[in-house]
Amino acid sequence: MKKYIDTGKKDTRSGFGDGLEELGKTNKNVVALCADLTGSLKMGAFKKNHPDRFFQVGIAEANMMCMAAGMTIGGKIPFTGTFANFSTGRVYDQIRQSIAYSDKNVKICASHAGITLGEDGATHQILEDIGLMKMLPGMTVINTCDYNQTKAATLAIAKHKGPVYLRFGRPKVANFTPEDQNFEIGKAVHLIEGNDVTIVATGHLVWEAIKAAETLNNKGISADVINMHTIKPLDKNAILDSVSKTRCIVTAEEHNYLGGLGESVARILTENLPTPQEFVATHDTFGESGTPEQLMEKYGLNAKAIVSACEKVLSRK
Amino acid sequence: MLRIGDVLFLTPKYNNMPELDYLQKLVIQTRRDILRQVHKVNSGHPGGSLGCTEFLIVLYHVIMERKNTFDMDGIEEDLFFLSNGHISPVFYSVLARAGYFPVEELNTFRLLNTRLQGHPTTHEGLPGVRIASGSLGQGISVSIGAAQTKKLNNDSHLVYTLCGDGELQEGQIWEAIMYASGNNVDNLIVTVDYNKQQIDGSLNDVLPMGDLRKKFEAFDWKVIEIKEGNNLEAISAGMKKAKGETGKGKPVCVLLHTVMGNGVDFMMHTNAWHGKAPNDEQLELALAQNPETLGDY
Repeated sequence: MKKYIDTGKKDTRSGFGDGLEELGKTNKNVVALCADLTGSLKMGAFKKNHPDRFFQVGIAEANMMCMAAGMTIGGKIPFTGTFANFSTGRVYDQIRQSIAYSDKNVKICASHAGITLGEDGATHQILEDIGLMKMLPGMTVINTCDYNQTKAATLAIAKHKGPVYLRFGRPKVANFTPEDQNFEIGKAVHLIEGNDVTIVATGHLVWEAIKAAETLNNKGISADVINMHTIKPLDKNAILDSVSKTRCIVTAEEHNYLGGLGESVARILTENLPTPQEFVATHDTFGESGTPEQLMEKYGLNAKAIVSACEKVLSRK
Repeated sequence: MLRIGDVLFLTPKYNNMPELDYLQKLVIQTRRDILRQVHKVNSGHPGGSLGCTEFLIVLYHVIMERKNTFDMDGIEEDLFFLSNGHISPVFYSVLARAGYFPVEELNTFRLLNTRLQGHPTTHEGLPGVRIASGSLGQGISVSIGAAQTKKLNNDSHLVYTLCGDGELQEGQIWEAIMYASGNNVDNLIVTVDYNKQQIDGSLNDVLPMGDLRKKFEAFDWKVIEIKEGNNLEAISAGMKKAKGETGKGKPVCVLLHTVMGNGVDFMMHTNAWHGKAPNDEQLELALAQNPETLGDY
């Protein structure tokens, strides 16, 4: 079984910040807007090195989203930065009308997504944002798993024409994606080959899926592990190729099971190859305060939960 | 026939008519276009459209510097964003008669497969439209973004937007107003269609707005008031004055005092025609008050 090494824990938001700073040097059309969270979003280097292209809008996310839409007129590529909650739910209508329906080339970059935001609690832990964004026609939805992948995705979305939602997080997590791995929007990364069960994971749950596969391997179960960094457009072939071998699947995401990756996968399977599926996700609930690790344990969003889900789905084959 | 490419702002005569005569004829013809569009589909917003007819005609034919082709980026030309998208009938008529698309296309307003959607959109690729609008409160923010990009591009052209007075009740408007003055967005002219009416009644009945001039000034905007917002010469003079205030460190607000339903006696001074189309008989009466000038579509 292929092994992955954690090269040192880093936060995905720093991958965004470092990617953005690199874009500042290489692409003069890239501009950045932030709603009073420059430090949290790691946008400080871009602000310092490209002050003319950095727009501090204050605590006014609705204005920020529509300003970003307007800035595309004349050829700029705006990257907006705030927490995932304030990047989606708070400004849904602005994104819907001025960005998605108007087909504007805006990159909505959202940190502190999901339950691993931790102690701030449910007001800030959005678990519905993937669903909100994937429902918008024309919106690309990406949830990266580690620092290296988030940096690569930040560079890649600047080259993609059209609105993008890029979701990442707050805590330091394992960094295992090769630094030089090219990020291809809509093309899943096949991490581990296996024949018994498919695990399709996104975001912080990808590392948990790798750890789960190791545990399963020790139990004599071979898992096929896919990093589904792009939820829309979804890599249909990667899913179908895998389940045509394994005939059962577990999806894993730091999001509500209503509206998330799991439901998108279920639709592909229902249309093409009906397959038993288990959902590692939150189950129609808000989060709460706690450390990221405590919350991942309590809400069943870790390697242990993925192992249990795999054993359950294997019994349904 | 007007074509895209007529450099209208530099051309005082149209078809050998003096500018003012031509614009007056265009106003009457545009009113007919508005009434006939909404009547045909028995829906749409004639009141605000009629109230802003003179303003949009002056803006497009006298004030704005426009290129002879339409492209989304609008580099080296003035830009206009309609924030109160429900007055699409007047916007479409003005765009068509300024040469952005065939006037005959006004026949398709709100019909299945049209580019002239109920509220304006870029989605069907209608030339002249750069943003979707209809959900209120977003246009000033969009305009600020476009204005900031003009500055980054060293493009000295201006960005114009029109919003409703009732629309100022949306909270996002005040986020945008704060941002624009706080960041010296002085290549922006926001016009408020100050007709003191909204769907549910008068502004004062629905939500009193107080002294709008003082409010904008308190947010550090330069305010120009056009008392006769349905008078072509007053609008032209006021907008030229507003242009003269750009580039001085402050965003510019034009309070345009208009009459909702202007030009059709039974539609004036009431909110009744905000979102209601005339029936056959009412259309006939309204058109009789505005006899054909430049040719119906």
